[in-house]
Amino acid sequence: MTTEDIKVLDDILSSHDYNPSLVIAVMQDIQRYYRYLPEESLTYISQKLGLPEAKIYGVATFYENFSLDAKGKYVIKICDGTACHVRNSVPILEEMRKILGLSDSKHTTDDGLFTVETVSCLGACGLAPACTVNDEVYPAMTPEKARELIKKLKEAEGV
Amino acid sequence: MAKYMIVDGIRVEFTDERNVLQVVQKAGIHLPTFCYYTELSIYGACRMCMVEDSRGSVMAACSTPPRDKMEIRTNTSRLHDYRKMILELLLASHCRDCTICEKDGRCRLQMLATRFGLNQVRFKDTRPEMPIDDSSIAIIRNPGKCILCGDCVRMCNEVQHVGAIDFAYRGSNAIVTPAFGRTLAQTDCVHCGQCAAVCPTAAIVVKSDLKNVWKALYAPNTRTVVQVAPAVRVALGEEFGLKPGDNSIGKIFTALRMCGFNTVFDTSFAADLTIMEESKELVEKLKKGDTQMPLFTSCCPGWIKFVETKHPDLMPYVSTCKSPMEMFGAVIKDYYKKADEESGLKTVSVAVMPCSAKKAEAARDEFKTNGVPDVDYVITTTELIKMIRELGIQFNEIEPSAPDMPFSISSGAGMIFGTTGGVTEAALRRVAENSQYAMKEIEYSGVRGFDGVKSAYVTLGDTALRIAVVSGLGNADELIKKIKSGEEHFDFVEVMACPGGCVSGAGQPHAYVENKKKRAAGLYTTDKSALVKRSNDNPVVMHMYETGVLKNRAHELLHVHYHTCDKK
Repeated sequence: MTTEDIKVLDDILSSHDYNPSLVIAVMQDIQRYYRYLPEESLTYISQKLGLPEAKIYGVATFYENFSLDAKGKYVIKICDGTACHVRNSVPILEEMRKILGLSDSKHTTDDGLFTVETVSCLGACGLAPACTVNDEVYPAMTPEKARELIKKLKEAEGV
Repeated sequence: MAKYMIVDGIRVEFTDERNVLQVVQKAGIHLPTFCYYTELSIYGACRMCMVEDSRGSVMAACSTPPRDKMEIRTNTSRLHDYRKMILELLLASHCRDCTICEKDGRCRLQMLATRFGLNQVRFKDTRPEMPIDDSSIAIIRNPGKCILCGDCVRMCNEVQHVGAIDFAYRGSNAIVTPAFGRTLAQTDCVHCGQCAAVCPTAAIVVKSDLKNVWKALYAPNTRTVVQVAPAVRVALGEEFGLKPGDNSIGKIFTALRMCGFNTVFDTSFAADLTIMEESKELVEKLKKGDTQMPLFTSCCPGWIKFVETKHPDLMPYVSTCKSPMEMFGAVIKDYYKKADEESGLKTVSVAVMPCSAKKAEAARDEFKTNGVPDVDYVITTTELIKMIRELGIQFNEIEPSAPDMPFSISSGAGMIFGTTGGVTEAALRRVAENSQYAMKEIEYSGVRGFDGVKSAYVTLGDTALRIAVVSGLGNADELIKKIKSGEEHFDFVEVMACPGGCVSGAGQPHAYVENKKKRAAGLYTTDKSALVKRSNDNPVVMHMYETGVLKNRAHELLHVHYHTCDKK
């Protein structure tokens, strides 16, 4: 870890008073900064909070929202809640995966640009089927709209 | 009026029982359970101890506090079906190669399946195969045999403060694992093996060295020498129908000779050497006026590893004495060196220990001479039991015998090393004046007993020493925090990694706390009838210092410099 990383982590830890019972909040802040939980960062907070690494790893793997794998620049979350599911969210997911060469076990593209994953509900059932790109909501999606969205994002990146 | 419960129609009075399970036990019924240990927190994972109350609702007896006039049943038709279903589901996702399993005959899952007459498993095992982790030098984890009772996790975290393993993932994907899917060897595991000691199945077991030991016993031109630790004698007999605490050391010596060992010794002898050296160290430390930090004992390899990983700054305060096993290992190899050169024999040194961490200790570089370990192989009490069984030795019928010359005498002080407080008492006997009064004063000073933390003041000449005796690494961790913060001050601190000391070691047959206490009591009984009570009254020890192998060589053979001391 660089000194910058350590400063980021120290700031997060001190904003939670180094309180081990706030470990989830600390991890959320780390994930907000890095978009995932780097292993070294968890090892670092384990020492600072006085919690075993195995315990922190347990928390990180228990919650679906925590990720131990690095995510792409654009994290696309496709809602597969009941409302979105019945309004055909699965074809949108399949289309996105097809364009980006991703699958059930591979969520992030090799160039580190895109991550595609599903969520159980975005709370935007009125806009079903919905997806988000880095927390911006795209309502009433179709496979065609998904293709356009990816194209637009790629163009913005110049690829 | 005394509070009472009605258990299966029987009135059972209770006072401060922790849960319904213990009240039921008073009624003479042992409810089946995988995840309940009195010394661990209540978890309620296995659901085998379910009971039904008068309104027909079912609850886990382990996690229900008893209430006055509560009426419960432990054996209704519904509970019968529940228990069988739980067992069937557990077995469905469990390897069923019982005949070649390490735990065959001692596995609680197997025992309960037999007890409940389970004769079919209707469900397929759909779990992905998980690799066995044999990276550790002392402990093997087989996740395929894990039933997720969490006993190991709570032991490692709550009691030992090591935290090498924990639950990860959730629901049907839940597993017990070190952090980030690492192997056990990559963690801070101290090899105390208490996880294996509480594991109901063979998901965590102590690594076996029997194969190598048999090979050495059958090899030509080999001198096999074996030493037996104090705590082994009061536990081994349990597997052959003796009571916990019955001292069977004489039979153990005979059995070892029948196994083919050429020479048998008692590690208690080396414990006397440890006392000679450690008490000298203490007196010198006090003389120097270096009293800010206490002198920590060094007999327990689990404790040493714990200091190295969790409190490395304390390493300079840990005694430089080797453990009795390693002292003896060095002395044995040195003693037979000349004879081996003349006769062309090769000495193989084996130790029978109640402990899994001793396996890791024997493999440390500090305890090797020219790359060869001073103690070649360490086997546990349980492994020796297997050897005795394999050869068909009728343990109850064989005659006891004595250890071999020349290290044939041990003091009572050396024998009580096997329980918490023993090392301290032995050291105090050495440094205190030689009188019956002084012996009694030490006995009743508070160093005896099964409590995790004991402290005492002992007068030594005109100074009062403050002494602490700790067992269980979690207790040690807490005490260290207090010492570092200045809240507590001690001159001497004895630490044993396992709660209760070596009698509770991971190499011993499975036992609950009550029986472990009986083992400890058995050691004190042995001490009572010992002819020599103090290490410095042991004539063999004194002879060794005056004219024997230790003359001018005590430091070389009996002390160690741990490499981790150098790192700052």
